[in-house]
Amino acid sequence: MTRLELRGLVAGYEPGLPIVRGVDLSLAGGEILVLLGPNGAGKSTLAKALAGLVPVAAGTITLDGASLLDVPAHARIRHGLGFVPQTHNIFAALSVAENLAVAAAILPRAARTSRIGAMLAMFPDLAAARRRAAGLLSGGQRQMLAIARALIASPAVLALDEPSAGLSPKLVAMVLAKLREIAVGGVAVLLVEQNARAALAVADRAVILVEGRVAHEGAGAALLDDPHVAALYLGGRAA
Amino acid sequence: MTGLASYLCFFATVALTYGVAVLGLNLQWGAAGLFNVGVAGFAAVGAYVAAWITAAPAPAHWGGFALPIALGWAGAMLAAAFAAAIVGAATLRLRADYLAITTFGAAVTLQLVALNATALTGGPFGIAFIPKPFESLADRPLAFGAANLALVAAVTAIIFVALERLTQSPWGRVLRALREDEAAAASLGKAPDRFRLQAFVIGAALMGLAGAMQAQFFGFIAPDNYLPVLTFQVWVMLVLGGSGNNRGALLGAVVVWGLWTLSGTLLAAMLPGAWQARGAALRLVAIGAVLAGVLLARPRGLIGERATVSRHVVHTGEQA
Amino acid sequence: MIGQILIDGITSGAMIGLGAIGLTLTYGLLRFANFAHGEFATWGAYLAMLGAGAFGGAAPIGALTFGWPLVVALMVAMALTALLALALDAALFRRLRRHGNAIVLVIASFGASLALRSAIEFAFGPEPYYYTTDIAMTLRLAPGLRATADQLVVLAAALVLMLAMHVLLTRTPLGRAMRAVSENPDLARLAGIDPARIVRATWAIGGALAAAAGVFLGVTVQLRPSMGFELLLPLFAAAILGGVGSVPGAMLGGLVIGIAEAAAVPLAGAQYRAAVAFVVLLAMLLVRPRGLFGGRE
Ligand SMILES: Nc1ncnc2c1ncn2[C@@H]1O[C@H](COP(=O)(O)OP(=O)(O)O)[C@@H](O)[C@H]1O
Ligand SMILES: [Mg+2]
Repeated sequence: MTRLELRGLVAGYEPGLPIVRGVDLSLAGGEILVLLGPNGAGKSTLAKALAGLVPVAAGTITLDGASLLDVPAHARIRHGLGFVPQTHNIFAALSVAENLAVAAAILPRAARTSRIGAMLAMFPDLAAARRRAAGLLSGGQRQMLAIARALIASPAVLALDEPSAGLSPKLVAMVLAKLREIAVGGVAVLLVEQNARAALAVADRAVILVEGRVAHEGAGAALLDDPHVAALYLGGRAA
Repeated sequence: MTGLASYLCFFATVALTYGVAVLGLNLQWGAAGLFNVGVAGFAAVGAYVAAWITAAPAPAHWGGFALPIALGWAGAMLAAAFAAAIVGAATLRLRADYLAITTFGAAVTLQLVALNATALTGGPFGIAFIPKPFESLADRPLAFGAANLALVAAVTAIIFVALERLTQSPWGRVLRALREDEAAAASLGKAPDRFRLQAFVIGAALMGLAGAMQAQFFGFIAPDNYLPVLTFQVWVMLVLGGSGNNRGALLGAVVVWGLWTLSGTLLAAMLPGAWQARGAALRLVAIGAVLAGVLLARPRGLIGERATVSRHVVHTGEQA
Repeated sequence: MIGQILIDGITSGAMIGLGAIGLTLTYGLLRFANFAHGEFATWGAYLAMLGAGAFGGAAPIGALTFGWPLVVALMVAMALTALLALALDAALFRRLRRHGNAIVLVIASFGASLALRSAIEFAFGPEPYYYTTDIAMTLRLAPGLRATADQLVVLAAALVLMLAMHVLLTRTPLGRAMRAVSENPDLARLAGIDPARIVRATWAIGGALAAAAGVFLGVTVQLRPSMGFELLLPLFAAAILGGVGSVPGAMLGGLVIGIAEAAAVPLAGAQYRAAVAFVVLLAMLLVRPRGLFGGRE
């Protein structure tokens, strides 16, 4: 069932300078959609527009049939949209437990402790470090915390901007495995990635964005096998 | 009639001395983006130094070398420049608002020194009998006023032309580039701190000169003249005229000094004696409100920076 | 001698710290140096004077010079000053924030400071006021160590407010949200926090604490239209010393400034007291611009 739907989305930082130039996407629960593309294609801009951090000039964003366009960024998590930005995605000065508590504050009082507990159970590394300042965590732990923070309110859609950036191959595999686990739980996952090969391995579908438009679309494995696509967009990193 | 004419001369003379201070601030803020909240401190340095150099010896304060006024003004500019070099060297490399706080603190401290270092400054009573330019004309008020106005107008004109040239020169372009985008300008191999320090020092020297000229035209200075209100007046003049624009700076000085004088006269005429002090307070509330109003309604001032007029239009369009 | 300097320094340092909390919070959150912050202390002190007058002249409590009316008036003044801070933000700072230049906000705050201070001077005149004409009784704590009962109570109250502030920031959802927005407003929005709400809470808290500092200053010294303005430099020094945005830093910074001032008075004379904060600040900026306790730059 389709949960998230973008139609003709145009977005950018300044009026008259669109970065995302008319993108159609749809995403179903339990599905992982990988968004690929060269540097500067507008992937992060699209993700931020989805989260409400970049103004939308035209088009629609609907989640479970309701438009998100008039929902301010801080209310989108309540509408079921979780987002993990690429950088600065944890509160470094707050402890791990406080990072989770901040995000849990939108839940009913009774549910907060149990959701924090559920996140710590899902990411055991975090449980061990719960009192530590988040700024002192390792790169892998930071990504886990950022994902846990976005998941704590049980969003229908989880968008992530390059969660594997800067991680070792082993940690990349672990993060992607977690995302598969999350999708199996019914969440629709939109994964922006540079690391094409690793991401396509877990993707149900993939979209390649070039200069703000969808250039190719297909099943993950099929894109990997398309020599034309691989040469053009998956290039250096494919080896 | 002569009374009014000589009064207008005096008014214009004082307005232009403010204009010189505003030109200095415009170099610092308008051209270099340096936020100086210590205008009063630099003006005080200039005023006291000029008084020491030019006044006759007196037991109540230090100095009294009875030297020519031109030397007094040169000394005032040097001393203010020196003070700015110290403050600037310490803080220009820090965030913009730290410069604001430091200059504010420097001005407060200098005012305290003026008030308390009695042997040097005459303490709360200040320094009197500072010689005026063209004193030989003093018994013919109109000629005296006109001569003084001509002098300060000539000084202002020279400074105006020099600043226009300076800001159009490669040096001025580097300053503006630094203000807009420090990283880009620094990558051109320009040492940002050195350019900023130069702008800061020259601007402060002009404030020192303004202080010296005021000391000379009033013939009397006291610590109360150098409270933060002075800084504030100069800022209002610049903001109203439009920062980045020397013409606007001068216009702002004349308009604000005019409003200030007029409101003072009106309040003095209307309020009973016991309320005079409070009337002065009311005037400050009003000028504070005017500044806030201008910042809200016309952030680029009455005239605005020439090069960015188009941006201004877009900007106000958005607000509406 | 040393003990006396410590007592005097800690008392005035606690008031500076109290005032600096709000300054460092708005500084960290909105990233602009608010020159009007000291005026919240002035307004708080004068509002409390009006309130104490309105609530009538009850007898002083114990060895103190003031009675319950002033205690009630303190609460009322804190609430009203919080409203004043909110009104100033709504009328001026919030609109200017949309233009995006932090320094324009500083200029505006400079103007607001002058207007607020002059409004008090217009209403009450330049002469000093006292909450009471009673003479404060001096207690001998130890040989050569004196303090008034007022001083001790004010010190205790300031410390309690600081502690309450610490608990608020570390133990409550509002406090955590304030720290989150201060560090990263965009991420805070993604976590479901409305930054506008946090900004309002911060103004209200900062205004209320500054008002308390003003009332305490009025109790231990006197009320003058320039009292808050003269506090401004010590407040900035404390906030920068403690690291901008850090509440514990501001409190410690306040104590350092208070003690430095008290220690400098016998050396340089009371008339230069106001310059002490500046000298400490300048030394600080030259040596460790991030603050003693390593806040962010
Ligand atoms: N904050 C910003 N303001 C203005 N332009 C930006 C900003 N962030 C990115 N851009 C521009 O948007 C374009 C797309 O960037 P981005 O969405 O980050 O690409 P990607 O994530 O695909 O690498 C680039 O040309 C970039 O320069
Ligand atoms: Mg990106």
